[in-house]
Amino acid sequence: MTEAADAILLAVENVSLSFGGVRAISDVSFDIRKGEIRAIIGPNGAGKTSMLNVVNGFYHPQEGRITYRGRTRSRMKPHDAAEQGVARTFQNVALFKGMTTLDNIMTGRSLKMKRGLIWQALRHGPALAEEIEHRRVCEEIIDFLEIEHIRKVPVGALPYGLQKRVEFGRALAMEPTLLLLDEPMAGMNLEEKEDMSRFVVEANRQRGATIALIEHDIGVVMDLSDRVLVLEYGRKIADGVPEVVKADPKVIDAYLGLGH
Amino acid sequence: MGSARETSVASDTFAKLLREHAVRRGDRPAFRHKDFGLWQTWTWAQVYNETRASAAGLIGLGLDRGHTMAIAGANRPKLYWSMTAAQMIGAIPAPFYADSVADELATLLEHAEASVVIAQDQEQVDKILSTRDRLPRVRHILYDEPRGLGDYDEPGLHALAAVMAKGRAALVDAIASADLDRRIDAGKGSDPSVILYTSGTTGRSKGVVLSGERSIVAARSTVAFDRLTERDEVLAYLPLAWVGDHYLNYAQGYVAGFCMACPESADTAAGDLREIGPTFHFAPPRVFEALLTGVEIRMEDAGAVKKWLYRRFMEVAKRWGERIANGEKVPFSARLAYGLGDLLIYAPLKNALGFSRIRVAYTAGEAIGADLFAFYRSIGLNLKQLYGQTEAFLYVTAQADRAVRSDAVGPPAPDVYVRIASDGEVQFKSPGMFVGYFREDDKTREALTEDGYVKTGDAGFFEADGQLKIVDRAKDVGRLVNGQLFPPKYIENKLKFFPNIREAVAIGDGREFVTAMINIELASVGNWAERNNVSYASYQELAAHPRVTEMIGAHVDAVNHALSREPMMAAAQIRRFLILPKELDADDGELTRTQKVRRRFIAERYAPLIDGLYNGAEEASIAAEITYEDGRKGKLVGASRIVDTPPYPKAPEARAA
Repeated sequence: MTEAADAILLAVENVSLSFGGVRAISDVSFDIRKGEIRAIIGPNGAGKTSMLNVVNGFYHPQEGRITYRGRTRSRMKPHDAAEQGVARTFQNVALFKGMTTLDNIMTGRSLKMKRGLIWQALRHGPALAEEIEHRRVCEEIIDFLEIEHIRKVPVGALPYGLQKRVEFGRALAMEPTLLLLDEPMAGMNLEEKEDMSRFVVEANRQRGATIALIEHDIGVVMDLSDRVLVLEYGRKIADGVPEVVKADPKVIDAYLGLGH
Repeated sequence: MGSARETSVASDTFAKLLREHAVRRGDRPAFRHKDFGLWQTWTWAQVYNETRASAAGLIGLGLDRGHTMAIAGANRPKLYWSMTAAQMIGAIPAPFYADSVADELATLLEHAEASVVIAQDQEQVDKILSTRDRLPRVRHILYDEPRGLGDYDEPGLHALAAVMAKGRAALVDAIASADLDRRIDAGKGSDPSVILYTSGTTGRSKGVVLSGERSIVAARSTVAFDRLTERDEVLAYLPLAWVGDHYLNYAQGYVAGFCMACPESADTAAGDLREIGPTFHFAPPRVFEALLTGVEIRMEDAGAVKKWLYRRFMEVAKRWGERIANGEKVPFSARLAYGLGDLLIYAPLKNALGFSRIRVAYTAGEAIGADLFAFYRSIGLNLKQLYGQTEAFLYVTAQADRAVRSDAVGPPAPDVYVRIASDGEVQFKSPGMFVGYFREDDKTREALTEDGYVKTGDAGFFEADGQLKIVDRAKDVGRLVNGQLFPPKYIENKLKFFPNIREAVAIGDGREFVTAMINIELASVGNWAERNNVSYASYQELAAHPRVTEMIGAHVDAVNHALSREPMMAAAQIRRFLILPKELDADDGELTRTQKVRRRFIAERYAPLIDGLYNGAEEASIAAEITYEDGRKGKLVGASRIVDTPPYPKAPEARAA
């Protein structure tokens, strides 16, 4: 690996987060390197989703520092995060159900629209040229995710697996530097998981997105990810390459053990 | 625009036809393809240039006269162009079914002796690479869609676009360009133009070799028969490897100069059909059936007013539609009611199906139900039947406008000679007749009679009005122990006309009586289950439901009733039946790639069930091996209840139905 690829994209240092008396995350440190696929695993309630929410600025940790692209900050709003290239998908699909697949993916482009609302409403001149360009990007994503056949279908009418794919498409439309995926394969059958895994790997390799994902399917995690962070009760219990994490007795006890 | 008149006699190969179109109608649309959500169009002049670039690129890879070039993939312009590009060089293109599994494909690639393979995408490339040790002749694999292939490092793997770019660059050189012109001129009409592998209904696929000259002569006569011109348009969605696509779209398109639109993907074909609105269309009966099932399911869920209007006007259509279509005299009031129905129901319905602009539509391949056929005819779709074979380059018989019926396939097509042999087999001689089977001269000899007619292997007879009626495969027509005639397909088709029955296998040759194994149609039975609060988790569970058995039993009973009224068939009523616990599937070898049942194979695999049908058991079970889509194998264990269906007494006074 070159030095550039090895560079740290995001560093989380000694972060703690509590809601009233409940400590969701205690003193966790980890980093995400540029270009890697980073998995976060752990039993239910381990603080995985809270950690993603901290990373994209939705929650503000009481303690600790977050350094993203070399800039350290303690407070950041989600839209600041989005502007700086952090995109995410949600555990429970969060799409506009009445809008079509295409329109949902187009919303991922809204931060990239340069022209103001009035120009866009007029759909004229430079705004039109810009819209055509955004549409082209969205169509490439539709092609990439093989969802041509549902381009014009309202998302609410789609099966769950396809909704997940559309949500992933919307995140990709932001051309993110860091893509946070919260259980992208939950509730999917084997074939859908295989498809989704392929898309995640290709988004990483070919579209150059650094990816952090939460996933329960250990098989998928071990296949896809470069490094795995394991949380339990808000604490880090292991961090490393899949082979090492898999063999760690603490991890086996806390998490993998449940499956045995 | 009588294109038959305009086309000169000089063009006896597809490469020459293309060159001629580029001159004559250079700015007319030739191909469309939906890509990134937009229809991209190429004119004949552009297609000619693209095809030349492809040909020059292929020459650069060493493809030469007499070589075979395989194509594996869906209907995409570049795949069609590479077909013509090979023909320019004098190489022989051989398209293969995109859904064939790796092993099947490898066997055929081996047999075809292909040196270059054009593969659509990663899926096809992976299949070929996985069997590459068996394919020493395959030197180059070209792919159209680069997605996922970025980090492949395989010898001889190239992007088709890159090869075409190299070809384009090479053609800047006047000598190279003149050389390609010379190659096009050197192509003879008698050269092999394409190898089309048969679907393998009766065993292993055979490579049918067709010549350019014969293909073009045949296409010219049907283009004239249906008055097709450069203004027509088709949606090219049929499998590239199938004679139907090569004839109806490719050959007729290159002869008439009309535009072929390629769908975005197989999943979007229905929507693409609506957007293109083709004027000439072909679909097998099962597609028309699925469309009608879809319409009926949606009408079940429609509001009361819509439902009433639909019912009311479908009755009008049923009563008068076909007679109006056939130009018969009907009362003014009927015309008025039909006109109103057209405004409110038929035209919007046709529009929703993408049939608004269709002038001529054909169906073939299987028998079509009378009701199904009448439905489309009655809403004003000019749907006709044809009977054809790969060996004939499709057309053997075809119905003319206004002489259409559902239970026969029409009189011989223009310039085709058809006769019935003494054993009932249909034999023909046609302008598009094949040259021979590739590398199988003995099979070629077997397929021809001494005086040069092709044996179709189908049993049939001519009706009084000169239309041919096909009963079954000649070798499948059997007899019961008591000598009763037993044409299995005839009985199966009667069963399959019920929307709830997807597939049926009739058994009876050499037996005491006739029995049947049935596959339910998941779409319509599933919808019925939903409306009747019948819960199920899988096909197997739904198939085993007692109420489903009851419903299918009623259908079998209705078939028996119909059979009892035909003097020839009364003793072939179905005495016992069962519902199969598994859907018959081409991946498991139970159906051919064109979805026809493989009788012998099924008889072996389901032997325990068949035994149950004849030994009086009330239930029979089976363990069958199944193949998942990713190629892994699994075992399916299932049981079926066997149901007795009492036969009707023979009704001698009734006329044959």
